Amino acid sequence: MAKQVSPRGPVELLTTDREKVTADWIDTVAGSLQGRISRAEVDRELRELYGALVEGLREGGDDTRGESLSEARALLTELSRNRARQGFTPSETAISVLALKQALEPALRNDSADDTTAYLRLARVLDDLALFTVEAYTRTREEIISSQAAQLMELSTPVVKLWNGVIAVPLVGTLDSARTQVVMEKLLQALVDTGSEQAIIDITGVPAVDTQVAQHLLKTVVAARLMGAECTVSGIRPQIAQTIVALGIEFGDIITKATLADALQHALRASGVDLVAHQGVGR
Amino acid sequence: MTVPWAAEAPPQTQPITQNDDVVRSRQQVRALAQECRLSLVEQTKFITAASELARNTLVYGGGGEMRAGLVERHGRRGVAAVFADSGPGIPDTELALTDGWTSGGGLGLGLSGARRLVDDFVLDTEVERGTTVTIVKWAR
Ligand SMILES: Nc1ncnc2c1ncn2[C@@H]1O[C@H](COP(=O)(O)OP(=O)(O)OP(=O)(O)O)[C@@H](O)[C@H]1O
Ligand SMILES: [Mg+2]
Repeated sequence: MAKQVSPRGPVELLTTDREKVTADWIDTVAGSLQGRISRAEVDRELRELYGALVEGLREGGDDTRGESLSEARALLTELSRNRARQGFTPSETAISVLALKQALEPALRNDSADDTTAYLRLARVLDDLALFTVEAYTRTREEIISSQAAQLMELSTPVVKLWNGVIAVPLVGTLDSARTQVVMEKLLQALVDTGSEQAIIDITGVPAVDTQVAQHLLKTVVAARLMGAECTVSGIRPQIAQTIVALGIEFGDIITKATLADALQHALRASGVDLVAHQGVGR
Repeated sequence: MTVPWAAEAPPQTQPITQNDDVVRSRQQVRALAQECRLSLVEQTKFITAASELARNTLVYGGGGEMRAGLVERHGRRGVAAVFADSGPGIPDTELALTDGWTSGGGLGLGLSGARRLVDDFVLDTEVERGTTVTIVKWAR
């Protein structure tokens, strides 16, 4: 009787030369990451992935978004998130999947139509899973960026206490609606928390004051006033002053000062503190 | 208005479809104003005008784009920006250019203020077709 060669599907293709395939795969991936992740770590990740992949394909075939490959997808999500956080590129992430295709090539038997079909089916699955890693990678990067933006927003608006009853917010950078909202809330909260009656908004670090910024400033000052506090705007540089005038913005009865020092002096005087220079001390 | 773009550098295009684009337009214009060697005051005025017009393009024009670059006329250098949208247009330009008039919740100073902040200001608008505003500031 002729020796029966069982037809090989994707699973058999993956598992026939199991050790050699996984070793080649791990080699390629570890090499591409150039030691920025330890070989042992790559080894662990990929062997786990390999197991899930074989298991999934055996159970449910080629549907990469289906239930049977959910374990493999979960592992890939984890892997992609780690790569994104560690600053790897999308290609360096996707190669973890794509390198398996290359590692399988030596396992293909010459002139075997079965092998070719199996390989093509598997290649399609792997391509799709590679795309999946890029999606997971991108999602993580977006999360990182938006959380950094939120942190920056918090960071860039400290409310500082300058004196008993006097607080200040030094504004730096662009004032958009979202940031102004944060500034306003923090300032008003700080007025309550510290029992201050004087607040200074310093705009030395704001590059341009257009109608939107002006409107936000005006609203903040009015809100502070409603809480019984007086608000001074300081740090209006000459070029900003000229631009504000040309735009036609009127600050009305809002107190403005050239520098933070002037504003502090004003605030102290308004709260009944006298600054007296000692005799013999210059200035 | 045909803008006399400087021969050696073509104008750059900046889409204006979200808030961040207003900031980007401002940064782009700032770089050009510096390159053109405008004084600090002139720079700030031009940047602020661009900021107003970019925001109008976004808010009232429903988005559009800015083209900005260096210009040259009679041997004089300057910086120009063209804000274009295909939004609803402005039915009454005289009203829109009145200090304090706004159809939204603004101060109503953006358009009229921008005109005062620059050397050349051309407003070209047609109802239901869109609005194009061109501004130029010449180096002294
Ligand atoms: N690109 C545009 N397309 C359609 N309408 C516009 C456009 N630009 C301005 N307008 C109209 O002109 C009015 C005046 O614009 P202007 O910039 O002076 O004021 P504003 O934007 O309402 O307030 P702000 O002082 O904050 O700029 C707007 O309220 C709007 O109705
Ligand atoms: Mg406006």
